[in-house]
Amino acid sequence: MKILLAPFRNTTGMARWLLVSGLALVALFVVMAVFAPWLAPYGFAQNSVDGVKFEKLVPPGPGHPFGTNDLFYDVLSRVIWGSQTALVVVLLSVVLSALIGVPLGLLSGYVGGRTDRVLVLIMDALYAFPSLLLAIVFGFLLKSVLPSGVVAAALSLTVIYIPQYFRVVRNTAVSAREATYVEAARALGASNSTIMRRYLFSNVIQSVPVIGTLNAADAISTLAALGFLGLGIQPQEAAEWGFDLSRAMDDAASGIWWTGLFPGIAIVLLVTGLTLVGEGLNETVNPTLRKRRFSAVVLPPAAVPSGSATGSTTGAEGAAS
Amino acid sequence: MSRGSLPRYILARIGLMIPMMLVLLTLVFLLLRVAPGDPITAAVGGKLDPVVIEARRESLGLNRPLIVQYLEYLWQVARFDFGQTISDNRPIIEIIRDNGGATLTLTIGAFLIALGIGIPLGLVAGRARDSVRDVVIRLFGVVTYAAPIFFVGLMMQMFVARPLGFPTSGIANPRTQFTVATKPITHILLIDAALQGNTQALGDILLHHVLPCLTLGLLICGVFIRLVRVNLLQTLQADYVEAARARGIHESRVVRKHAFRNALVPVVTVIGLQAAMLLGGAVLTEKTFNWPGLGTQLVHYISARDYIGVQGLVTFFAVIVVMISLVVDVINALIDPRVRYS
Repeated sequence: MKILLAPFRNTTGMARWLLVSGLALVALFVVMAVFAPWLAPYGFAQNSVDGVKFEKLVPPGPGHPFGTNDLFYDVLSRVIWGSQTALVVVLLSVVLSALIGVPLGLLSGYVGGRTDRVLVLIMDALYAFPSLLLAIVFGFLLKSVLPSGVVAAALSLTVIYIPQYFRVVRNTAVSAREATYVEAARALGASNSTIMRRYLFSNVIQSVPVIGTLNAADAISTLAALGFLGLGIQPQEAAEWGFDLSRAMDDAASGIWWTGLFPGIAIVLLVTGLTLVGEGLNETVNPTLRKRRFSAVVLPPAAVPSGSATGSTTGAEGAAS
Repeated sequence: MSRGSLPRYILARIGLMIPMMLVLLTLVFLLLRVAPGDPITAAVGGKLDPVVIEARRESLGLNRPLIVQYLEYLWQVARFDFGQTISDNRPIIEIIRDNGGATLTLTIGAFLIALGIGIPLGLVAGRARDSVRDVVIRLFGVVTYAAPIFFVGLMMQMFVARPLGFPTSGIANPRTQFTVATKPITHILLIDAALQGNTQALGDILLHHVLPCLTLGLLICGVFIRLVRVNLLQTLQADYVEAARARGIHESRVVRKHAFRNALVPVVTVIGLQAAMLLGGAVLTEKTFNWPGLGTQLVHYISARDYIGVQGLVTFFAVIVVMISLVVDVINALIDPRVRYS
């Protein structure tokens, strides 16, 4: 509990405010995802009610608060169900990539030698390559192999995040390997696997939540991008914001705004929320960014020549002392 | 060559580049040539007689052992030959020549916009930490990064382009395209128009660049804001900055003369990674704005299920990414001599 509250205790003012609003945004989407069956007025691929077909491209109004799209679907329902798809895919891919990346990084960093060099080379190559292109290639390949678009999308995303965990965990493991407490453990006769599990793991695991949250934010955009390019999830399988946006591109020319605006806003809000949480965690975990409450040395403005106390970065040209 | 000399560093860096390139090429080859089975059937299967398909497989050398194909692929890439598409028999290098220019001017324009917005905002935010200004700028950075390119593009098309009359599709009007592209000099439309002294065409092409470059630039600028801000915060906590403060130097001069430049050094480092992100973003921007670049071509060959076309273009992207990271590292070593010793 103490660890969970650390981000709050370590932040003040605006930083805390950003973190809290990030959490609130994420919570909103989690609620929407979990309670989608009750919250959404219709199913995600439902185009009629009681045998009466919806009208196509109805503007927002009674019955359809966000209107309907060109596939006769209710836009509000697609937005709500879309949060479920997004969170399921992203959770799946983030957990999978951490499950693969963390042990691999630990092993590579601790064992060292040739294994380490080969793994680092592969992971660096994957990391250097544009992640969206990598996801596109995997999405392109997996789409024809796997029957489930959700699983194919999750796996395409998993591949691009493995190197991130690997790099961070490996680097921490390399430096921790030489630390005195590890040496002490080795002197006590601890086996390699014990050292990795009991000593290194808890040390490297700290940075994982930060990477995970920021990856989740990135994964939401990448999933939408795959959907936009037609490599994602089919509309009958699940509601996916990126796909809906790709359909909306054609509507925009004729002045139809509601089919694109609402799924787009959903993506922006969820990614923003996750990014704010990730950054908030990062600032508390990373000591170089932490703002100390008492130790900061800031000279009072009175101690410097007058005429330059504006504090702006550009407006103090005459401040040369 | 002594330790820490620039030529030595560049040579060492090229030495590191080769295995990385090999890993990437092997990955692309394995993924696109081995996994899906038969590229010919995937692209034209069902439309052609099996006998014809077999003949085409043979003529393309796809029936030979994989290792032979792999070595030939590497040898081809080394000569900058990326193969020929299956669906329309176009040499990939021709696609790169005809469409690469549009991607190049799009990404460079976007990059300049991102730097122009990102660095000043990042400096202001890092300077006034946790003030309202900082929070607003950070939120701007987070939201521009969070907003998908195609959504920003869509909003630009609906709320900026229509009222202000900006073009939303393509790189030039059909007429401009025709007059400039029929006499290609560099195959980069913007430069060709300038070289031909066709100011009207140049204006038209620049006008077409505005919204796509802005859309892509906004995505990247968030990264620069965040980076510059964090680097400035870290630099401002460094001992030498503290020492400068202790000498009684005014805070704004400390920031300007002591912290700024050092806070910008890591920006150069990540430009390489940004280039990768820019390429990915370019694919989406091009699809959104009907931009005749390599991303549009990639999407086209993906929907045509043309494995060789996809492989050729992805290979080219891999080569470009590795090259850019090499150039960025060399620039970095020029700026910061410490890099050469690491």
